[in-house]
Amino acid sequence: MTDNIETDVVIIGAGPVGLFAVFELGLLDIKCHLIDILPKIGGQCAELYPEKPIYDIPGFPMVTGQGLVDNLMAQIEPFHPSFHLNEMVESVEPLGTPEAPLFRVKTDAGTTFTCKALIIAAGGGSFLPKKPPIDNIEAYEGTGVFYAVRHMHMFKDKKVLIVGGGDSALDWTVNLQPLAKRLTLLHRRDVFRAAPHTVEKMRSLVAASEMDLHLGQVVELKGEAPLLESVVIRRDDNTTFEVECDVMLPFFGLTMKLGPIADWGLNLRENLIPVDTEKFETSVPGIFAIGDINTYPGKLKLILSGFHEGALAAQKVHRYVYPEKKLLFQYTTSSSSLQKKLGVAA
Amino acid sequence: MGVIHVTDREGVRHTLEAVEGWRVMEIIRDWGLPIEGLCGGACECATCHVFVAEEWLDKLYPPTEEEEDQLDTVVTRPNSRLSCQILWTPELDGLEVTLAPTGG
Repeated sequence: MTDNIETDVVIIGAGPVGLFAVFELGLLDIKCHLIDILPKIGGQCAELYPEKPIYDIPGFPMVTGQGLVDNLMAQIEPFHPSFHLNEMVESVEPLGTPEAPLFRVKTDAGTTFTCKALIIAAGGGSFLPKKPPIDNIEAYEGTGVFYAVRHMHMFKDKKVLIVGGGDSALDWTVNLQPLAKRLTLLHRRDVFRAAPHTVEKMRSLVAASEMDLHLGQVVELKGEAPLLESVVIRRDDNTTFEVECDVMLPFFGLTMKLGPIADWGLNLRENLIPVDTEKFETSVPGIFAIGDINTYPGKLKLILSGFHEGALAAQKVHRYVYPEKKLLFQYTTSSSSLQKKLGVAA
Repeated sequence: MGVIHVTDREGVRHTLEAVEGWRVMEIIRDWGLPIEGLCGGACECATCHVFVAEEWLDKLYPPTEEEEDQLDTVVTRPNSRLSCQILWTPELDGLEVTLAPTGG
């Protein structure tokens, strides 16, 4: 039995909106834990476009995705939020009543939390490996098709096919090549977007005939599922050829899927969570949804909308966390008690 | 005003009114066809992948290195493009594209 973490609020998603919710909750003396499936903080801003300039954050004529995340981290530092990265929330179990909600939240790493409110700030959902659209690929997953390498020894003496041209594909190519019976790298073009020394290493292995490099796309998997025997590859000129392999590792980057959120008993509309626009609460009292994952009339998927939604949700969360306390609305410019919380009191 | 023709994943061809200056992804999304466009047109996700009819390929600006990098993350054909990287202009009246399959 793992230790259970008791906290006021669990926030799912450590993107910009989840991070700013920490600030708004913190001003109201509400403690929170954040959970994110990615190994790093920042959500889409950090994973999809860290270097891209953003021009519509109020007060910032221009800020990059990573720059915004760094600033938000500095802004919420006084509240010492706890992060649980590389974890995906699997289940949410209601324990309380609509008037006094209480939830048990469990992640795929076995961490459990008890909290009075849950804020879903999961953007487009969980970042998961992009699966190539190949017929029947699911039938081979976990036996012949893997989207990540957990234990290298699983690939010892196997005929391994790696697909892709980025860092993951190239790193695993040079790491698994010494173990594999035969390693083949397949990519759509003869250009690789990976660390130059890794690409060079791969090129020299190919030159020494210690591995194979092919250009094309996998169009068919062969073998009595779940056992993979070979794949059919289509070249740009539409001709095809076959490569024998025991395992295929497609490294096509990440995409976002709603994932287990769909199973928590919330009303959903086209993979979005409908909320009211006063509290941004879902159909389940005590569960809130803010940022890109929610929907309501007039919704705009903007980071600034998510900030506003977090501020309003925090007001209602306060009623659940401190049912006896009256909430006084205060400004950080003038309230000495807020300034004390921020560590800037004179 | 002009139009684009979009064949969906069931093989149904839709004729959509286009808007000058909009990205083809935005036109498709605005008309409610199932195109994800996860990153919102930042050329960062490849979920707006389409196949462009051969006769139109030469009329498009060639893909940038950034677009090629993103195309590396999907199963492409020689006529693959990201529809967020095609800005619609009247010269593209009648543009013919097919929505690429989505993975699981």
